Amino acid sequence: MKRCDLLSAALGLVIVWQAAAMIVNRPILPTPLEVFIVFFQELRKDLLIHFAASLLRVTAGMALSVLMAAPAGLAIGGSKAMNRLLSPIIYLLYPIPKVVFVPVVLLFLGIGDVAKITIIFLILFFQIVVLVRDQAAGIPSQLIQSLQSIGAGRRALFRFVYLPASLPAILTALRQSIGTAVAVLYITELFATKYGLGYYIYYNGSTLFDYPAMYAGVIAMSLLGLGLHYGVDWLEHRWCKWKFAT
Amino acid sequence: MIQIDSLTFGYSPTSPLFDGFNLFIERGETWAILGPSGCGKTSLLYLLAGLKFPTSGKISIDGQSLARPRPRSGLILQDYGLLPWSTVHENIELGLKVRSFYGPDGRHTPKNYFPKDNANHWLERLGLSDVADKFPAQISGGQRQRTAIARTLALEPDLLLMDEPFSALDAVTREDLQNLTLVLSAEQNLTLVIVTHAIEEAASLGKKILLLNGETNQRARVFQNPQAGNVDYRNSAAYHDLCKLLWKEMQHETV
Repeated sequence: MKRCDLLSAALGLVIVWQAAAMIVNRPILPTPLEVFIVFFQELRKDLLIHFAASLLRVTAGMALSVLMAAPAGLAIGGSKAMNRLLSPIIYLLYPIPKVVFVPVVLLFLGIGDVAKITIIFLILFFQIVVLVRDQAAGIPSQLIQSLQSIGAGRRALFRFVYLPASLPAILTALRQSIGTAVAVLYITELFATKYGLGYYIYYNGSTLFDYPAMYAGVIAMSLLGLGLHYGVDWLEHRWCKWKFAT
Repeated sequence: MIQIDSLTFGYSPTSPLFDGFNLFIERGETWAILGPSGCGKTSLLYLLAGLKFPTSGKISIDGQSLARPRPRSGLILQDYGLLPWSTVHENIELGLKVRSFYGPDGRHTPKNYFPKDNANHWLERLGLSDVADKFPAQISGGQRQRTAIARTLALEPDLLLMDEPFSALDAVTREDLQNLTLVLSAEQNLTLVIVTHAIEEAASLGKKILLLNGETNQRARVFQNPQAGNVDYRNSAAYHDLCKLLWKEMQHETV
């Protein structure tokens, strides 16, 4: 994503927002200018703390998902027997909306950050497992045989083939999951916390009816997603240099 | 060096590719395996590489029955088998890294293996120094095959198995790499087994040519070609006569 494209898109959205605010002409949809002013005022107060709390939860959830799902996806994709055994279980569990497990997670893990991170983890885990599994299973057999012929056994194949081959899939899965992760983050921050953008947006919008502050929180959440996207792009350029070689 | 005894192998039990097939290959010999598509030549190479196993019978190399890929055998495939995410230099030293990963366990790495970094030597020997930091997608087909050869030779094999290694290359690059393969095999005293569907390639490279047929192979049909690899042999009458003979035999087999 080029910076000028991002700026043009942001400008376009601001224009549409301004037009909508002028048409609606109600406090529930303030103009972009009002919101931007409040956004910078709130940054000097506690919006940054809410942003940091959310960033911590979502990155912890994403990191935990990658650490658990990538090896699982590699193991399933790298072995036909494991694939036959475990894929049906994944297909059964994948479509279940994980948000339904929120009460169960709260019951067992309490109402703190661990429960919030676990809910994000539950949602992202399956997306990453499926993508990494498909990538690992799709590695050409000739490449595997070529490595086996120079002495690579199962462990070396995982180290030298399956893991590097699956890195792009892991990053793609992460990129696809950012939207979901941030959306889920909002839900998890609606309860039992006083920090986080979800709490901030809900508190300002539904309790204080301070709509400019609510939209400032929405902008912060959007920036959080954008930052995560750029983070994944950065990792991809660092770890998958071969994809960008011309 | 290679002893194939009563080999039976195939994908269909009613018409196997090999049935009671015997073959002996001496150390340092250069063999070409020729035959029409589906005759089992690549399967035979994979059996020699320890990547496929006989239904019955036995394949031994240096007196050892083959139960898994042998550390001192090198396999080079048509599509090069290079890691797309590794540079040319990293691909060449891959085998060395795999050996260091396991250590001299006798299974993945020869027991007497002493780690040495000869990747740069092979990088230079194969003329790849200028593209050492490039990825496989950034170099030509000929350079990719040179990288695959360098990676294999860095492991100091005594047996080199090649599966149609030059079929995707243009004529000039192909001839250049064929000559280089013969020079390197002689230099390193390698036993070379090359699978090809091209009669001219088999006749230029193989001092012995094993012709397989499209039906079940029960008997090894071997054509002697002692002049293969000699300068100007490709322009000689003997070479053209052998090509014609192989062509006739292959036509006869496919009709």
